[in-house]
Amino acid sequence: MYGLFLRHFYLITRSFPRVLDLVYWPTIQITLWGFISNFFATHTTYYNNAVGVILTCAILYDFLFRTSIGFNMLFLEEIWSRNFTNLFIAPMKIGEILTSLVATALIRALIGLIPAVLLTSPLFGISILDLGIFLFFLFLSLYLFGITLGILVSAGLLRYGPSFENIAWSTMFLLAPFGCIYYPIEILPEVFQKIAYLLPLVYIFEEARNILINQTVDIQNIYYAFLWNGVYFVLSIVLFYYSFNVAKNKGTLINMGE
Amino acid sequence: MKNLVEVKNIKKYYGKNEAVKGISFNIKEDEILGLLGPNGSGKTTTIGMLLGLLKPTSGEILINGQKLEGNRIEILEQINFISPYIELPKKLTVKQNLTVYGKLYKINNINERIEFLSEKLRLEDLLNSITGELSSGQKNRVSLAKALINEPKVLLLDEPTASLDPEVGDFVRSFLEDYKKEKKISILLASHNMNEVTRLCKSILMMKDGIIIDEGNPKELINKHGRKNLEEVFLKLSRSKNELN
Repeated sequence: MYGLFLRHFYLITRSFPRVLDLVYWPTIQITLWGFISNFFATHTTYYNNAVGVILTCAILYDFLFRTSIGFNMLFLEEIWSRNFTNLFIAPMKIGEILTSLVATALIRALIGLIPAVLLTSPLFGISILDLGIFLFFLFLSLYLFGITLGILVSAGLLRYGPSFENIAWSTMFLLAPFGCIYYPIEILPEVFQKIAYLLPLVYIFEEARNILINQTVDIQNIYYAFLWNGVYFVLSIVLFYYSFNVAKNKGTLINMGE
Repeated sequence: MKNLVEVKNIKKYYGKNEAVKGISFNIKEDEILGLLGPNGSGKTTTIGMLLGLLKPTSGEILINGQKLEGNRIEILEQINFISPYIELPKKLTVKQNLTVYGKLYKINNINERIEFLSEKLRLEDLLNSITGELSSGQKNRVSLAKALINEPKVLLLDEPTASLDPEVGDFVRSFLEDYKKEKKISILLASHNMNEVTRLCKSILMMKDGIIIDEGNPKELINKHGRKNLEEVFLKLSRSKNELN
C-alpha cells in the first residue's frame, strides 16, 4: 500500500506544475465565489445574516470535487503512463490498491484546499471554521462521497478501458444540480427533489446553510448524509470488484494504456 | 528438474472468439521456454493468463506447485513480467521507480537490491535520471531491473529486446542467460527474434490460432521441417494449415 502512495507522492513532489495545478483551481474558484458572495450579501436579504454561506458551500463543493477528481486522476495516471499492467501484476489485493488511492486522494485534495481556505479569511473576512465541530462531519461525509464517485468511475475505467475517461470528468457536473450546493432544495422541481433526496449531497449542503443561517444543528441531516454515503460506498466497492472480475474475463487489464 | 510452471489444458474464449483453444505445457527450473507464433496466435492471452490478468475459460495453471486460481497474491510475489508495451512511470527517477516497486513487492532490503541490480544491469549512473528521458535501451534495462526486484522464480518476457540496438540486445540476452543459470529460474520468452530464441531456448512452443502446432528443441525443429534456420521454420508453420503436428 505504501508503495503506491509513494509512487504518487514522488510524482507530486517532483513536479512544481503539478503542485501549482492542485492549488491553482481551488484558489481561483474560491476567490471567484468570494466576490459573488459579497455581491449577493449586499443585494439580497436571504444571505444578509450569513455572508459566508455561498463561499462556505463553494469550499465544501470544491473539496468534494477535488477528492473525486483526485481519485480518478490517480487511476488515470496509471493508464496514461502505461503502468497499469505493472500495478495489477504486483502482489497487491484490490482492497490495498483502493486504500492507498483513497489516502493519496485525501492528501491531494488537502494540498489544494488548505491554501484556498486560508485565503478566505484575509480576503473576505470569512472562516469556514464557523461551522464548528460539525465541519468535520460535513467534510468527512463529502470525502466519502467524493471517494465513492472516484471508485465508481474507476470501476468504469476497469470495465470499459480508457474510453470511459470522459465520464470521469463529467460525473460531478452531472450531480451538481441535484446536490443543491448554492440553493435550497425547494428551488428544484418536485421530480428533481425526489432524486436529490437520494443523494447525500443535499443533506450536507442543506445542513451547512442551516448551521450558518439559523445557527442550529439538525442531526438528522448529518445522519441521512452518512446513511446514503454508506449505501453508495458499499455499492461502489461491490461494483469495483465486479468490474475487476469482468476485466479479467474480457482482457481489459492487459496492455491498458493510451 | 522440478516444473515451476504447469499449464494444463487452458482455454480462453471471448464470446465466440476462441483465443486459446486448450494448451498444455510445463517450464522447468533453470529453463527458458520460447513461445513463438504470428500475431493473434494467442501468445499475449497465454501470458495474461499466467499473470492472473486474464481468467481462463477452463483449465488450470500452477506456479511452483500452487494453483493460480485462489492464490493470486502469493503467486504474484514469485513472478514478474516485462513487455515493451508497458512502461514505468515516466516522471519518476529510476531509483524512485525501483523503490516504489520494491515496496509493492514487499522487499526488505530495497537499497541493497537496487544496488545489486543496478550494478548487474549497468544502471549505476542512471539511478537519479528521469525514467522518461532515457533511451529505449536504458529503459529496457530499467524495466528488467524492475522485473527482477522481487527475485522472481518465474520471469515472463514479451519481446524483451524489441527496438534495442544489437549491442544492448546482446547484453540483455547474456544477462538473462547468466541470471537464469545463477538463480535457477524459469523464463517464458515470447519473441519474434528467431536468433534470440535459438540462442536462449532449449525448447520452444509454436502457437497458431490458439493452439500449439509444434514444439521441441530449435535444432530438432529445423531438421524436422528441413529448413536452414528457425525463421524459415516459423514462416513455414505460420503459413501452413494447422495439420502439421
